[in-house]
Parts: sequence; structure tokens; C-alpha cells
Amino acid sequence: MKIVVCLKQTPDTEATIKLTADKQGIEEQNIKWVMNPYDEYAVEQALRLKEKHGGETVVVCMGPDRVTEAMRTALAMGMDKGVHLKDDAFAHSDATGTAKALAAAIKPLSPDLILCGRQAIDWDMAQVPAILAELLDMPQVTVVAKMEMGADGKSAVCNRRIEGGEEVVEVKFPAVLTCDKGLNEPRYASLPGIMKAKKKEIKPLGLAESGLSANDVGKASSKVQILEYLPLPERPPGKVFKEQETPDMVKQVVKLLREEAKII
Amino acid sequence: MASGVMIFAEQREGKFRKIAFELLNIGKQLKDQVGGPLSAVVVGKGVEGLAQDLGKFGAEKVYLVDGDLFANYSSEGYAAAVAAAAKKADPAILLTGASTMGKDLSPRVCAKLATGLSSDCTKLEVQAGKLIATRPVYSGKCYVKTQVPNTTPQMAAVRPNAYAAAAAGGGSAELVKVDPGIGPDSLRAKVKEVVKSAAGKVDLTEANVIVSGGRGIKAAENFKILNELADVIGATVGASRAAVDSGYATQDMQVGQTGKVVNPNLYIACGISGAIQHLAGMRTSKVIVAVNKDSDAPIFQKADYGIVDDLFKVVPIMTEEFKKLLAE
Ligand SMILES: Cc1cc2nc3c(=O)[nH]c(=O)nc-3n(C[C@H](O)[C@H](O)[C@H](O)COP(=O)(O)OP(=O)(O)OC[C@H]3O[C@@H](n4cnc5c(N)ncnc54)[C@H](O)[C@@H]3O)c2cc1C
Ligand SMILES: Nc1ncnc2c1ncn2[C@@H]1O[C@H](COP(=O)(O)O)[C@@H](O)[C@H]1O
Repeated sequence: MKIVVCLKQTPDTEATIKLTADKQGIEEQNIKWVMNPYDEYAVEQALRLKEKHGGETVVVCMGPDRVTEAMRTALAMGMDKGVHLKDDAFAHSDATGTAKALAAAIKPLSPDLILCGRQAIDWDMAQVPAILAELLDMPQVTVVAKMEMGADGKSAVCNRRIEGGEEVVEVKFPAVLTCDKGLNEPRYASLPGIMKAKKKEIKPLGLAESGLSANDVGKASSKVQILEYLPLPERPPGKVFKEQETPDMVKQVVKLLREEAKII
Repeated sequence: MASGVMIFAEQREGKFRKIAFELLNIGKQLKDQVGGPLSAVVVGKGVEGLAQDLGKFGAEKVYLVDGDLFANYSSEGYAAAVAAAAKKADPAILLTGASTMGKDLSPRVCAKLATGLSSDCTKLEVQAGKLIATRPVYSGKCYVKTQVPNTTPQMAAVRPNAYAAAAAGGGSAELVKVDPGIGPDSLRAKVKEVVKSAAGKVDLTEANVIVSGGRGIKAAENFKILNELADVIGATVGASRAAVDSGYATQDMQVGQTGKVVNPNLYIACGISGAIQHLAGMRTSKVIVAVNKDSDAPIFQKADYGIVDDLFKVVPIMTEEFKKLLAE
């Protein structure tokens, strides 16, 4: 089977985020970039499916030059090859623009399965995979915590967490699945894996080769417009009790919750 | 021309989720500013009576998609249904919840309607006739304001508990039946079964009060003291990732970046250090209480109230104190 993993590079969760002076974006210079943590589950799932059922695994990523680093990590984990959607025209795409670009790269590959992360931890949108599924006319199963291949090799049964339980969903391929924590335990890239990855192909795909036009992607195409970024509002310092008898501290906090916060 | 506000009134098993009433409340405020009617779309099987009820909560029109195909949630079926209702109603604004269902549904509807969507919003307002959505990004380290300037409906998915629920009044709604014109073959992903966990518990994402335990709880059985506290104050029990990964708590209890985003009135963190990935999931809680024996734990910088002490001493006393208070 052919499996595509859509991978995004995001700031490390520990990264300090500073807004640009015009409040239109974030300062990117000192940020450590990583593979979106949820996409690690997608890569791992692709590798496990290939190990069991054979086939080919392709990682597709849209972004500037730096994203090849995250793509190499995926190749070092064991993915076979990559397609890098790379063009200034793609910059500042909204979810729809991103999904259009990904769809253009993925369609010619005719995959059986497209695996994405549950959400990218930069904006936590959880939009791109569903829009991609709609554009490619495929079913979707999001927030997948467990997956069993069907006996026919053309379907799967997926468990997804919902409020107060789980939904068990049967899905026919080709399909888009988004991967949640718990689906698997992502492997680390091995040293031989890292060496091999250096020779694996990452094919650049520009706007012209993708068959899209400048109206489909990028800032001008964006239906969602960023007005501004806002710093966190200051939170007044909290009241912290220490070095007193436990019951005294607890009583004071309980009293404050009733009288000051008016919450209990 | 597009006008008014439409909300997706989420129901499961013939009961509306709380978010449906929260959306009616914010929907009413928004439609007063943009003009046009407040409408709701209800999708399900045998839910006509339920749909009619929304009139009491301020919906002027209810678009109903009812049939066997919609007995269970499905991305394809529900997206077709909501898109068909939105085409018929032509609202300026279309809101869903940022619940599991809403997050799965809204981008697919957005693609069908070729418009824009702001996800997981904590605040909505109208400026110059446009919907302005505010939401936390980058693990809650800053916020961003977005709008959908040129297409309708302007879509937003709203975080549960961000707005109060609409109260019942005396109104009634006009019912409009919608047929999205799809057959069983259109559903290539189907729910086979819904497995329920701990019945009767309010889900963390909808909870008003949460008591969470971290690595400091040290063993699964020690969650007992948090459960006792939770029972007294009507809370749902959550956990940090360290507690989940150590096997003290189950995955559905995890709060944070790779767990659930919660938005309660009160969040009590016990034995949790306050890592950025944990904060990402609970930072918008209205009041945060931290119990930790290390006064340098970062959680104290985010807490409204803190107690520096051993949680095994603090929690049982807290349970008793709340008991006394609530008995007054
Ligand atoms: C990509 C990524 C995603 C992540 N996602 C999440 C997520 O979704 N949710 C999440 O929570 N974490 C997440 N993490 C992990 C996060 O970085 C922290 O490791 C985790 O939150 C720590 O959990 P903790 O506070 O329970 O444990 P610790 O950091 O070990 O803190 C335990 C605390 O308990 C206190 N303590 C110990 N004993 C007692 C006692 N008897 N009484 C009182 N206090 C006591 C200690 O002083 C300490 O502060 C993620 C990490 C990464 C890299
Ligand atoms: N620029 C991108 N390149 C490749 N995949 C992406 C990109 N943006 C988003 N995705 C995929 O879509 C998922 C959800 O992203 P989002 O909708 O941005 O939260 C990610 O986990 C990726 O699998």
C-alpha cells in the first residue's frame, strides 16, 4: 500500500515566542524548530503499516527551506522519500491554501492512506486534514487513538476519543486519518537510519510544477486574515501561602475561593 | 445577501450538548450587532421534537436534517447536512463548538462552503460588521485575532465553557426541513459502535470544576483522595501527562497540549509542576489553585491561589473544608 504522511515543522513547545513589532507575526530567528509532535505518531503509524503490509511511504511537507530538517528526521525514522512543497508563493497560506497545495502534491501519488497529525501545535487548528479530505473527496477519521487494518487491506477500524468515551469508526480507503497520542510510541531515528536518510530523495515542488495558480495559495488567497497577535494579558500575582500550618493555609484558600473569587 | 447567525446545535443520543446553548447565547449577542435572524441547525435521527425546543432558547429558525443516515455522527453525512442548511439559510456567521464533533465537522463544512474558519476561539466580537475571533496560539503563549473578510458564512469554532449557556425563555422557532440529498454510499466512514467510559461524569472539556493530579500523586490508588475532593465540589478529575504516562491515570484524563484543552471556572492542580505543555491545556481556566510542595514550581506563577505543602496533607483537609462550607 502507498501511505502519505503530511508533516509540518513547528516551533518546539518550549520555544520562547516573541511578537514582531508590527504584531503581524512572531520573531522566527531564535526558534528551535521540530517535527510537529502529533506528526511523529503519523510517521510511526506509516512505518508500522509498511512493516506489516509492505508498500511505500512518502512524507509531504509545505514550508520554507528549514522544513527539510524535519523531513530528514522522518526519513531517518524510516520513511522512503519526501516531497517538499517549496515556493515563496505558498507562504502565509491559510488552512485552505495549505490543503490545496498538499492535495496538488498528493493526488499524483494516488495513496491508499493519508496520515496527518491531530493538529499542528503552533496554531492548534486541526483544519488542514479535513479540508484536504474534502478536496480529495476522501473520508476522514480524526483523533485516531487505535487503528486496525481490515482483512481486505482496503479499510480500517479506528477508535477515536470523544467526550465521555470512544467512537469506533470503520473507514474505506483511500482515507485521511489524523493521529492522536496513544496510537503508538514513535521510534527514535537510529544512527544507520540517519546515514541512510541523507541519500533519500526529497523532491522539491514549486507552484508551477504543482499545477496550482498564485490565486490558490499564499496570503492573497487566504480566506482567514490575521488582524494582529496579542501578548498574554498580565495576570495579577497570585496569593501563595507557605510555611504555615496546613489547616490554616487550606482554610484561607477555601475562604478566598468563596469570598474573593466567588467560585464555590 | 448573507445575514444573521447560524449555530450548529450539537446533540448526541437525543440530547443537546451544553455547547449548543453556549452558542445560542453568543449567537444572540452577535446577531444583535450584525442583524438578521438567529438560526440553529440540528442533525440526527428522530430529533424533530428536540429541534423545536431550541425556540425557547432564542433560535428563531431551526433547520432540521433528520434521517437514518444521521443516527450517528459522521464527518461526511453531517458536513453535507450542515452545508446544505447553511446554503439554504445563507447566514453571515456560522458557529460550531470546538468539541470533538465540532472540530471534526467545521473544517469539512468550511471546505464545502469555500469560506474561512477560525478554530478554538475563546472570544468573538463584531467590528465594522465583521466577526472578529480571538484565540490562544503557540501553546497559549500569545493570542491571535482573525477575521474572514471576503467570504460568507464567516465560520468560527468556539471553545466549550468560553460563554455562559443561553437560559430558557418563552420563544418558539420556525422549523425548516432540509434534505442534503445524499445516500448511504456517501458515507465511507461509519460509526460502528460508541464505547462509553465512566458513565455520568461530566467530560473534562465541559467541566466547570476540575481537580487534577500530577506525578506528585505517586500512584494510581492515590487518585482516591482527588476523587473524594472532586465528589464534594462536583468536579471532574484530570491529570498531567506525567501521571498518565506513569500509569496513575488514563489517557482520557490528560490535560494539556497532547491531551484535552479545558476551560473550567476552577482548576485545582495537585502535584503538578506547571510545564508549558500542561499550561497550554488549562491556562484559560478562570481561577487556578495550585498545591505543590516546591515553592519554586512554575505553576505558582500562573495560580490565583497557592499552597506550598504536601498534597497528601492538603487535599483531605481541603475536602473537609469544602464539605463544611457547602453544608452551611
Ligand atoms: C510534545 C510534548 C507534549 C506534552 N504534552 C503534555 C500534556 O498534554 N500535558 C501535560 O501535562 N504534559 C505534557 N507534556 C509533558 C510536560 O512537559 C511535563 O513533563 C509534564 O506536564 C509534567 O507533569 P507533572 O507536572 O505531573 O510532573 P513533574 O514535572 O515531575 O512535577 C511533579 C510536581 O509534583 C510536586 N510534588 C511531588 N510530590 C508532591 C507532594 N507530595 N505534594 C505536593 N507536591 C508534590 C513536585 O514538586 C513537582 O513540582 C508534554 C511534553 C512534550 C515534549
Ligand atoms: N504546511 C504543512 N505541510 C504538511 N502538512 C501539514 C502542513 N500544515 C498542516 N499539515 C498537516 O495537518 C495536520 C494538522 O494541522 P493544522 O490543521 O494546521 O492543525 C498536521 O499535523 C499535518 O499533518
